[in-house]
Amino acid sequence: MSLRPVRAAQDAELSTELLLQMHGLMVKARVLEERLIQMYKQGDGYFWIGGPGEEAFNVPLGMLINKGKGPQYDYCHFHYRNSATLLAMGAEPIDSLRLMKNTATDPYTGGRNFVGHYSIREWNVVPISSPIEVQYPMAPGTAIAQKRAGGRGITIVTGGDAGTAEGDFATCLIWSSRPANPLPVLIIVTNNKWGISTHYQGQHGERRISDRGKAFGIESKTIDGNDPEVSYREIAAAMEYVRSERKPFLMEALVSRLHGHSSASGANRVNDEADCLQGFEKRLEERGLLTRAQMDELRARLSAELQAAHRRVKEEPQPDPKSIFDHVFAEKDLVREA
Amino acid sequence: MSNMVQAIRMALHVAEERHGVTDIFGEDVGPPLGGAFTATQGLRTAWNSPLDERGIVGASIGLGLAGCRNVAEIQFCDYAFNTIDLLKLAGMMHWSSNGDWNCPMTIMTPVGSGIRGSIYHSHSFDATATHIPGFKIAMPSTPRDAYGLLLSCIVDPNPCFFLVPKALMRVRAAPGEEIEGEPGDDKTLSKLIDAPLGDRTAWKPQWPDTPDLFIPFGEARTVRAGRDLTVVSYGRTLPLCAKAADALAAEGIESEVIDLRSLHPYDWARIEESVKRTGRVLYVNEDTEVTNFGEHLIRRTTDELFYSLLAPPRLLAGAFVPGIGLADSLEMASVPQLPQITESMRSLARMEP
Repeated sequence: MSLRPVRAAQDAELSTELLLQMHGLMVKARVLEERLIQMYKQGDGYFWIGGPGEEAFNVPLGMLINKGKGPQYDYCHFHYRNSATLLAMGAEPIDSLRLMKNTATDPYTGGRNFVGHYSIREWNVVPISSPIEVQYPMAPGTAIAQKRAGGRGITIVTGGDAGTAEGDFATCLIWSSRPANPLPVLIIVTNNKWGISTHYQGQHGERRISDRGKAFGIESKTIDGNDPEVSYREIAAAMEYVRSERKPFLMEALVSRLHGHSSASGANRVNDEADCLQGFEKRLEERGLLTRAQMDELRARLSAELQAAHRRVKEEPQPDPKSIFDHVFAEKDLVREA
Repeated sequence: MSNMVQAIRMALHVAEERHGVTDIFGEDVGPPLGGAFTATQGLRTAWNSPLDERGIVGASIGLGLAGCRNVAEIQFCDYAFNTIDLLKLAGMMHWSSNGDWNCPMTIMTPVGSGIRGSIYHSHSFDATATHIPGFKIAMPSTPRDAYGLLLSCIVDPNPCFFLVPKALMRVRAAPGEEIEGEPGDDKTLSKLIDAPLGDRTAWKPQWPDTPDLFIPFGEARTVRAGRDLTVVSYGRTLPLCAKAADALAAEGIESEVIDLRSLHPYDWARIEESVKRTGRVLYVNEDTEVTNFGEHLIRRTTDELFYSLLAPPRLLAGAFVPGIGLADSLEMASVPQLPQITESMRSLARMEP
């Protein structure tokens, strides 16, 4: 064990405080996604897509990110299932509702983009876009800047299993592991086994997506992304490796998809996939850390808060039509002022 | 006096020494080759990338987002077509984030015909580039403009296309259009900044002291004044238009030739002023003629200058065919050449209302 210090975190006991914090964020994230789906169904948004079922992985990821602006902090190239990560980083749930309702008050895009398509320069969260692969070739760019800047900032890129079929995923593996300049990139694939309506099994012959990293000499691992304790330890260990070694790491996290691909497929709850929140709550109850009543109370309180937020957002203004011409060109070099 | 490729190299040197460029990269951009056209020889921050255009554009965006001014080369624009969605993404970075992010980056790529480059080394890119909002687009026709436009691209907070007409890369500056500080003698300059043939490992360039020259976007250059018709062009066809104008002067036709230089933003005020005087305008470029940038200029001309026109505005552009064939006869027939340009200008000047 002492021979592999970067792995030590895996064996560390997570404190009760940390477990309760993770649980609180997972519930908050789940309730948020449920509210967003309800908004869609009530006509308060044109489209829903998100990550219910990925909380056990996405929450610890957000907790462990060193958020801030510029190369000394982590750059986040996320995809559209990362709402739980954003909440764990400290985003306000009501702002996701504003994104859903495309209001002028939406702080991420001003009503221009879909729900889940966050953008926060203050925290190095680069604009999320709908293509499932384009974040992968951008990630090496921020990582080159971080490698050169020195320090412990890393680049984190996330995507789904279906997106790994795109050539851009190979681009990320190749550019991150160039012998001329290996890069500090944590390459994450949340494998929910689905590409819209198509099952992974019929399309992917590789045994594990993480096996693809091995061909490039990239440290690679497949983990149980439905277990928040495993996820926390594994992400912490992988991040420590990337931060200190300044080399890439490929992590495949096996997760569930609890409400289908998007509103295009109905967004209804499925019952044949493991629910990470249920599993974690059972464990917390067994360990005597929380009672069922406490957890029900938490959930009811967060649901009520989001319901109130929904009512508030419904009253907020839509963007001014004249604003379509705003921000076509930047007048200032904002990213260089960081 | 420099040719265009040397002017580009000197601008890149100035940019990495004085304007914070951290990365000049792409296929064969770094040593030993220093660029397929030698544009990046001897540069301190030049490096070779994998042969992966999507990786190049993606890395350029990432570097830009991290505040690193960078110049990414796509070796021939023909190979940029598989990067269109990434380019669109770069173009929308500021807009889609509602003004939160910006993305300083320069995509430099050789464009157009003129080297018998066959189907995959002869494409134009101006029609495609002008369909990607959020980019600024420069396309020089002289070494000095290349120098000053490239520096403007590099310091701009937005993504920029720097389109380099292949046919003009080895053309030297006309007298009076040199870059301040460069040696007047070609051989002296070559000795200073051209990498030697063979082993270059010990070679170091000696850069002449050239200035911070920023030719602004949206400022065209009137190459030749005239009263009878206006010709608006850029890139390879621009010097041909100027040559045709000289020839037609002997017939008593005085053409005003405008080098647009910057395609977005573009200098409408200059076109407008000229066309109002001449009443006749010909747009010339070599991209395929359907949904060509010149068609946009014609639309605007008709919309805004209709009552000043003495003849229909015309476009002379590349044939709408899938590619440019290799044989000399095929290439010459696919894109505008001097005789067609001259004839188009003559017929437009003589057309009676």
